Amino acid sequence: MIITKKQAKVYKIILGIFLLLAAVFTLLPIVWMLLSSVKSQTELMQFPPTILPKNITFENFVQLFTQMNFVQYLLNTLIVVFWSFFGMFLSAGAGYAFAKFNFKGRRFLFYLVLATMMIPGQVTMIPVYLLLNAIGLTNTMTGVVLPGLVGAFSIFLFRQFMSGISTEMLEAARLEGASEWTIFWRIIIPVSKPILAVQGILTFIAGWNSFLWPLIIANDQNKYTLSVGLQLLKGQYTANYGLQMAGSAFMVIPIIIVYMIFQKYFLEGFNVSGMK
Amino acid sequence: MKNFLNKYFPYFFLSPALILLLLFSIFPIIVALLISFTDAGVTGLADWSQIHFIGVQNFKEIFSDPVFFQSIRNTLFYVIIGVPLVVVISMGLAIAINFGENRFFRAFRVVFYAPSVTNVVAVAVIWAFLYNPYGFFNFVLGIFHIPPIGWLQDTSIAKISLIVLALWRGVGTNMLIFLAAVSGIPKEYYEAASLDGATLRDQIFHITVPSLKFATFFVSVTSLIGWLQFFDEPFVMTNGGPLNSTMSISLFIYHNGFQLSRFGYAAAGSFVLFVAIIIVTLVMFRIQGKENQL
Repeated sequence: MIITKKQAKVYKIILGIFLLLAAVFTLLPIVWMLLSSVKSQTELMQFPPTILPKNITFENFVQLFTQMNFVQYLLNTLIVVFWSFFGMFLSAGAGYAFAKFNFKGRRFLFYLVLATMMIPGQVTMIPVYLLLNAIGLTNTMTGVVLPGLVGAFSIFLFRQFMSGISTEMLEAARLEGASEWTIFWRIIIPVSKPILAVQGILTFIAGWNSFLWPLIIANDQNKYTLSVGLQLLKGQYTANYGLQMAGSAFMVIPIIIVYMIFQKYFLEGFNVSGMK
Repeated sequence: MKNFLNKYFPYFFLSPALILLLLFSIFPIIVALLISFTDAGVTGLADWSQIHFIGVQNFKEIFSDPVFFQSIRNTLFYVIIGVPLVVVISMGLAIAINFGENRFFRAFRVVFYAPSVTNVVAVAVIWAFLYNPYGFFNFVLGIFHIPPIGWLQDTSIAKISLIVLALWRGVGTNMLIFLAAVSGIPKEYYEAASLDGATLRDQIFHITVPSLKFATFFVSVTSLIGWLQFFDEPFVMTNGGPLNSTMSISLFIYHNGFQLSRFGYAAAGSFVLFVAIIIVTLVMFRIQGKENQL
């Protein structure tokens, strides 16, 4: 935007203050949660509430792992995350096929994939449950992981990005005698680093936060993910705010760290404007 | 052999993803439609002979169910308030952040996206405290001598409280989509406009906003679909209460399906939602198509 320098400075200050206020409101719940998670139970019950903890204590976190089954939930969540990454590469493969090959049914299949974005989870939820029940996969980790393995939005973003990779480069590799398999793993995947970073973090977030489906499909506590465990804790220890806050903090901190590391790739990955 | 492989390579690469999508997205729709004409319930899970075909009985019943109507009204409320707010706030933030063009402004990108990565149950724990009758928001109001508000207890305010929470969680992603689009607008446009004496306001409303047409369309459609399926916030915060005032269509389906085990009835509800989403999406594409012709 071009205006006089003096004007721009005034606008910048006004906008800066406005954004700062919005940022305080946005971060308030998260910061408050982090501070509460290290407060003692007695301090949390005080009114008016304290902002900064008087004595920092990690007893809430210790309790989370000694009295609750959080180690098992963490393990299950990591299994979900691992398989989500496997699913991401399946989506990448599909995105590549749509972006760089002309084959029969390409348009139809691509629209079919896009159409699945419109299908509400609530429609497929019951049939998928019945389906997995029929083949005996309810209450198994396979049943938790399988339905969410690939996603239309992820295929769409991969296709968007990979359409921009130069075809000449791929043709040159083919003339050199490289197999399609080699081209995918040695050229496409390395070139796609920015989109893989975005998809990787989105995949991590989705896997780490997975809640509704594990809640439906897992009856046995040993198959719960962290979110489901946290929901259980919320119901059982309604009065124990410290424990709830520690559980919530434990779910949020790893994600914030991962996001901070990869955030520079994000702007590129969300560029959907080139869609035709 | 190698030629053969290369010829079928795209299919080979597509098939795992496509098979999974067919199995868990497309095929279930057909199943859902079939189930909606039956009385499938928890007994049918173990023994399929317990499932009976009952025609359009579920659809008749659902359209005379006052709770379903309440959930439709609530969902419309969420959509009508939520969608414009998401578009305006996320676009506004993107334009403001892009205007700054320095590190201080770029840091806001990270800040506003942060709530989107947080876990919904964790969010419920935090916001339940903020919205508590003796919680933080009422504490702040008390400082200004304003009487406490029943954030989640009052039937007329609870819906708004959930919308505020959903906006807090959802604006970040859309802001990034707008930001990517804003930063792609060529600088020359603004240079030319300012030479012609265009004010900042003119530049925003005559260059920036029109250039964001595709991003706006994308965000509008995805938010519309998202708000029609509004589920997480009412599920973890109010469970539809008080007095069904926050019950959404999605929550209604979940309740009937997985808490009352009325699979057939819930499937009928889910089909009504599905048809609504298809109609709304087609209308949006129609409007977009018309604009492009002009």
